[in-house]
Amino acid sequence: MSALEVSNLSINHGAIVAVRKLSFTVEKGQLAAIIGSNGAGKTTLLRALSGLIPASEGTATWKGKSLLGQKPENLVRSGVAHVSEGKSVIPELNVKENLALGGIWRKDKKDVAIATEEVLELFPRLRERLQQSADTLSGGERQMLAIGRALIARPDLLLLDEPSLGLAPLIIEQIFEAVNQLRHRLGLTVLLVEQNAMSALKIADVGIIINVGTLVTSGQSKELLADANLRAAYLGY
Amino acid sequence: MLFIDTLLIGLSSGAIYALMALALVLVWRSTRVVNFAQAGQAILSTYLGYEVMNMTHNYWVSIPFAILGGAAIAAFVDGVIMRALVKRSHKGSVSEIAPVIATLGLLGLIRSLTGMIWGNAYLQYTSPLSGKGYMIGQHTIPFSPQNLIIVIGALLVMGVFAAIFKFTNLGLALRAASFQPEISRLAGIRVDRIRTIGWAFAGAAGAVAGALVTPTTYLSPNSLDLLLVSGFVAAVIGGLDSLIGAVLGGLLLGVGFAFILQYIGTSVTFSAAFIILILVLFMRPRGILGSKGGRRDA
Repeated sequence: MSALEVSNLSINHGAIVAVRKLSFTVEKGQLAAIIGSNGAGKTTLLRALSGLIPASEGTATWKGKSLLGQKPENLVRSGVAHVSEGKSVIPELNVKENLALGGIWRKDKKDVAIATEEVLELFPRLRERLQQSADTLSGGERQMLAIGRALIARPDLLLLDEPSLGLAPLIIEQIFEAVNQLRHRLGLTVLLVEQNAMSALKIADVGIIINVGTLVTSGQSKELLADANLRAAYLGY
Repeated sequence: MLFIDTLLIGLSSGAIYALMALALVLVWRSTRVVNFAQAGQAILSTYLGYEVMNMTHNYWVSIPFAILGGAAIAAFVDGVIMRALVKRSHKGSVSEIAPVIATLGLLGLIRSLTGMIWGNAYLQYTSPLSGKGYMIGQHTIPFSPQNLIIVIGALLVMGVFAAIFKFTNLGLALRAASFQPEISRLAGIRVDRIRTIGWAFAGAAGAVAGALVTPTTYLSPNSLDLLLVSGFVAAVIGGLDSLIGAVLGGLLLGVGFAFILQYIGTSVTFSAAFIILILVLFMRPRGILGSKGGRRDA
């Protein structure tokens, strides 16, 4: 049995079917990239997996337990962290407070302190800006803060929604490198949703390509990258 | 002398407006609802304090009961009524105003309920402190020991709230949940519960206002209605989503009222609130401390 199993999943977005009978699996410790253009249903998929919106049909399980029909705050507490699209930080709070939110509900305060320290080591830029309002951060720093906050919850499944959105290529590379390091070090399973197919597939083990809410193909990312037809049609380079 | 006297009158009533504004702002920040029922909740908690005082014959003992009662009433209103309403309503324009209409209905309901239980007579909820002004030489200033306790009480409540918001995890969760509920959820915060706590804080602030101001007048089912109007105007002057703004707005309004009363006359008091409101909205549509687009986003 795979760690993450999505089977026959459909999600409606108002009157539109945003995701249609989608099935895929991800093994524990793998980094899976979900690739698709704008409007392919990627964000909708992640929002359903983290409990923000309901699915209309199908199942999605993480380590045998259903992800559907649960409140997002409870899913986070059971190890499923979702870094939503558009740098999910709270601009009205400072960096330190944003990080603190990630562990505010955890009982093990010692480990929260350790996890916070690890995040600050991973992203030293955040340490320099602890007292600054998150509003003053650059796009890349905001993304670091959002990922850092998620890590303080000590998740074992990380859902990342377009971390590259609106970032300069060099920063994208840094963020992806950090994500790649993290998952090896922490044994995280990562579901990475991306339009930036090239960068995502470079660090991913497997790729899942979707188009208008349906599965196009999935497989080892190396093979996907090598497939000339796919490259032309969906990977955009 | 007259100038300072007027200022003192304004300070005391301003402190009460500030408490009421604080209650409205706390609810607005956490749920984007203008809680018209706040006047009803405050009167209910004040009647509770009145009953406790009748039993214990001690004003000071009755205040904590009024505060706890106010918090519990507010938690009930949000946790039971508002939550059910939000759950049942779908997206759209009606769902946005339904909670506000519900608070108006609730205000009427609470008012009739208190009328049924306690009647419409003017009751005395008395404080052991004198309502007579202090003497300075031969001059009696219009500022009594009860006025002093009003100002001190209001400052105390504001201080406690400021400390909670600034220094505690609960305060951090309250701020986060009011700014960005979805991101807060994804960070693991139980936003619904946090919102109810925000309402409870608001209820407590309203209860303090009711328990402190009532000894200077009388207690009846609608004796706090004018306070709701003043509190609302003060909250809007302060920007509707700023706690400090609510306090400043309250004091500003209190002092403004006192001067209008002193130099223009009592007949314009009620309309003065709205004239001040319109002037502020013309000059600073966001209020003095409102955030960018705060009112429009909602």
